[in-house]
Amino acid sequence: MNDHYLFYPGCSMESSARAYYDSLMAISEPLGLNLEEIRDWNCCGATEYLGISLTPAYALIGRNLALAAGQADGTRTVVAPCSACYLNLAKADHYMLESPVLSEKVNVALAAGGLHYDPGSLEIRHLLDVIINDIGLDEVKRRVVRPLTGLRVAPYLGCMVPRPDYKKRWSDHEHPDELDRLLKALGAEVIDFPLKTHCCGGHMTQIGPETAFELIRRLISAADQYEADLMATVCPMCQLNIDAYQNETNRHFHTNYHMPIVFFTQLMGLAFGKDPGELGFGKELVSVGEVLNHRIGVEMPAPEAAAPPRKPSRKDKSLPMPQPLHGASGDEEVS
Amino acid sequence: MTPHAEPSLDPTNPNLRFLEEVSAATAGVSRLEMCIQCGTCGGSCPPAADMDHTPRMLFAMIRAGMREAALRSNTPWICVSCYHCVVRCPQDVHIADVMYTLKSMAIRAGLYKDKAATETAADFSQTFVDMVEKYGRSFEFGLATRHYLKHFPLRLPGMAPMGFGMLSKKRMDFTPRRIENIDQLKAILARAKEVEAAA
Repeated sequence: MNDHYLFYPGCSMESSARAYYDSLMAISEPLGLNLEEIRDWNCCGATEYLGISLTPAYALIGRNLALAAGQADGTRTVVAPCSACYLNLAKADHYMLESPVLSEKVNVALAAGGLHYDPGSLEIRHLLDVIINDIGLDEVKRRVVRPLTGLRVAPYLGCMVPRPDYKKRWSDHEHPDELDRLLKALGAEVIDFPLKTHCCGGHMTQIGPETAFELIRRLISAADQYEADLMATVCPMCQLNIDAYQNETNRHFHTNYHMPIVFFTQLMGLAFGKDPGELGFGKELVSVGEVLNHRIGVEMPAPEAAAPPRKPSRKDKSLPMPQPLHGASGDEEVS
Repeated sequence: MTPHAEPSLDPTNPNLRFLEEVSAATAGVSRLEMCIQCGTCGGSCPPAADMDHTPRMLFAMIRAGMREAALRSNTPWICVSCYHCVVRCPQDVHIADVMYTLKSMAIRAGLYKDKAATETAADFSQTFVDMVEKYGRSFEFGLATRHYLKHFPLRLPGMAPMGFGMLSKKRMDFTPRRIENIDQLKAILARAKEVEAAA
């Protein structure tokens, strides 16, 4: 195991996936995971910039690689917890190595900012890979003080961690078992989730919602059929889509699923005996508190302000009329 | 436009070299030329049902020089970058990256505007990129408000509780975060655009 790692948090960790960041910070100390943030990193462009213009998209990623390489001191491993960030960093490094033309273009652009990146000089890895392969499950097990016994978890990786897998790091592209093994090490009951690497809809929640709702429906209905209490993910985008758009998906299909989804690091923190408030619990929109309390007896922090209650819809379809005052004559029920 | 008009077989017709053009514009080695039309891609594609053409058909259209029809297809815009087709392709074609290439070519040729869905998709990408170029980080609140007001005003009432939840749970900031050396990033991106324009 490296004595420290270069750390690329990515934009989501500062906002929508704050729970991922908080829980990672809480477990990194007991795991001895020393993360050194890349100074002044920028957005990786997600899946958006690549579809606009090639050289700028790769130059945007290239700046991060160049900054990381410049900061590398005794390590060349960059850890990214976000799937899209992980893939983009790995993709740029991989294609720059494969294509000297691309490498040249990116470096001409980087030179305008006084930077340079030699492809192949860094190793880009996902957080789960580092925990499984560098720290190891024995070390993880040793830190479990509150086993997640009886909690039925659907392990959910989404797409961009196991695929395209340029460096052949994962056990399988479609049914990898790394997350299953980790969750089992925490004492959880792990379902053999057939859709574990299926798509959450990605950015289609923003641009083609009906396409996305169908993909979300497949995932939550499968997890529900397998009687999972919750899903555990490694990806901010997956968490956002399944958590924040579950309500809209339910409305679209006239369903009533309640399938919470949390980050695997939050469950690690719980198993390590950490306080749920420290792990970002309560930030999810599809609440997980009840099931955690029921299964493993964990008291969740008081929920942060929830959505205001909606006005109950009126049952009768007549035009709205002022209601007669209570007790006044004429308040008899009219059919 | 006749979507499937037969392109001229005159050897000077540049569209007959469209395949080479797409391949050359793709990052790394696309291997698009190696497609054997087996259809594994379309069969593996989660949102294929919403596409104008399956990836296989689109690649055959590219090979046939049907530039305009290929660039007007909604297929690259529906692609969710799940990479199922990429890992299953027996010829190792970098399908997802070819989709990115087709999107950027459609934008450059102005051929994404005649369908609401592709226009929305391209506009979302551009808005996202605008924020990143300005601040160096993504800015979800700015992106969401600008995008939804413009493209999905009717979704807003149903989404209000979600938006409120994201804000009150501090999962979305009202103000953007700017990187320190934004001038450096802007200089890099400006040079990158020059490089791209010269290509």
